[in-house]
Amino acid sequence: MNDSTSPQEDIDPRQSAWSPPVSRMKVSDIPEGAMNLNVEGRQPVSPLQGFGQMWQKTFKVRLSGVEMTPAEVMKVWKENFPKFQPPENRFYPTMSGLKPGEVVLIDAKVPPLPGTPSILPVSTGVLVMYADDTTITVMTPEGHPESGWNTFSTYEEDGVVIAQCQSLCRPNDPLYEFFNRFMGSSAQQDKIWIHVLASLAEHFGVREQVATTKVLVDPSVQWGQAKNIWNNAAIRTVFYLLAAPVRWLKK
Amino acid sequence: MAEEKVQMTARKFNNNTSIIDIQGEINAFAENVLMDAYTQATSQGAKNIVLNFSELSYMNSSGIGLLVTLLIRANRQKQSLVAYGLSDHYKQIFELTRLNESIKIYSSEADAIADAG
Repeated sequence: MNDSTSPQEDIDPRQSAWSPPVSRMKVSDIPEGAMNLNVEGRQPVSPLQGFGQMWQKTFKVRLSGVEMTPAEVMKVWKENFPKFQPPENRFYPTMSGLKPGEVVLIDAKVPPLPGTPSILPVSTGVLVMYADDTTITVMTPEGHPESGWNTFSTYEEDGVVIAQCQSLCRPNDPLYEFFNRFMGSSAQQDKIWIHVLASLAEHFGVREQVATTKVLVDPSVQWGQAKNIWNNAAIRTVFYLLAAPVRWLKK
Repeated sequence: MAEEKVQMTARKFNNNTSIIDIQGEINAFAENVLMDAYTQATSQGAKNIVLNFSELSYMNSSGIGLLVTLLIRANRQKQSLVAYGLSDHYKQIFELTRLNESIKIYSSEADAIADAG
């Protein structure tokens, strides 16, 4: 037996920042008020499983004058994560918080058409794939509007703490891709992350412009993933709500 | 300010295959190093690129994101991308992130080269 160890076999304590393997998402406890649809039993998906064009979008804000370390800023961000979301995008972390392997339920409302109010409900969630002192990455489930990861991080640049949201995603199915390209969903999603960063900055008394960078990583669509529309969370949420009277009568 | 803590070198194995040896930590700050190594491998004429993770000390979620963008770039150039030398922990991370469905993982350089051609 060979008992020699390679450098990577010395376990780095940071490895615990990763979620344990998850083949199907499981909601352990349902926070009060959350709809909890389209998450239980769904497979988490990466940017490689979606249908539409793959974009990397980076939003960042400089927290000038904030005398804290990136880890201290992240601690505040984690503690107030739902509070920094726009009102139409409700996040429901479990009691355990934003820890690796935890599921965060989301009840959102999106505008059906560009420029119209956010009235179309979408119930979904995300898996916390990675969380350390300065970074959280969440992974979306099948049926979510995006297939991929959103990373929230803090770091220092030229003596100033930067807070950043970065998404690496494709729209999950042809309908989401259509809404992204032609109906303003992409801009709506951008507004969410800009709102989150502006709220975080405001929490520290900072008023700075949120800088945005978008890179089209893969302009092609993956027709083999068109079937993902079966799990479309927006369609399923609408049907669920339309069926509410029937469920009420059956009680 | 955080900085890259990784070194990567592209090693030409044969006319079709280059191996990128990774030493250190892959995080958001490794982007330039990774893309430079990829450019080097491509300039060597590689159609098959093999990532050697034997000396990887740590990889965070931003590092996994870099591998996705590298994979897309390689696919668009009609290059294959495979990996070897991953510890059990990082094999699990490839499964969690479903990267293993697009980047084949081998236990040794010989196996990776044999399959890459």
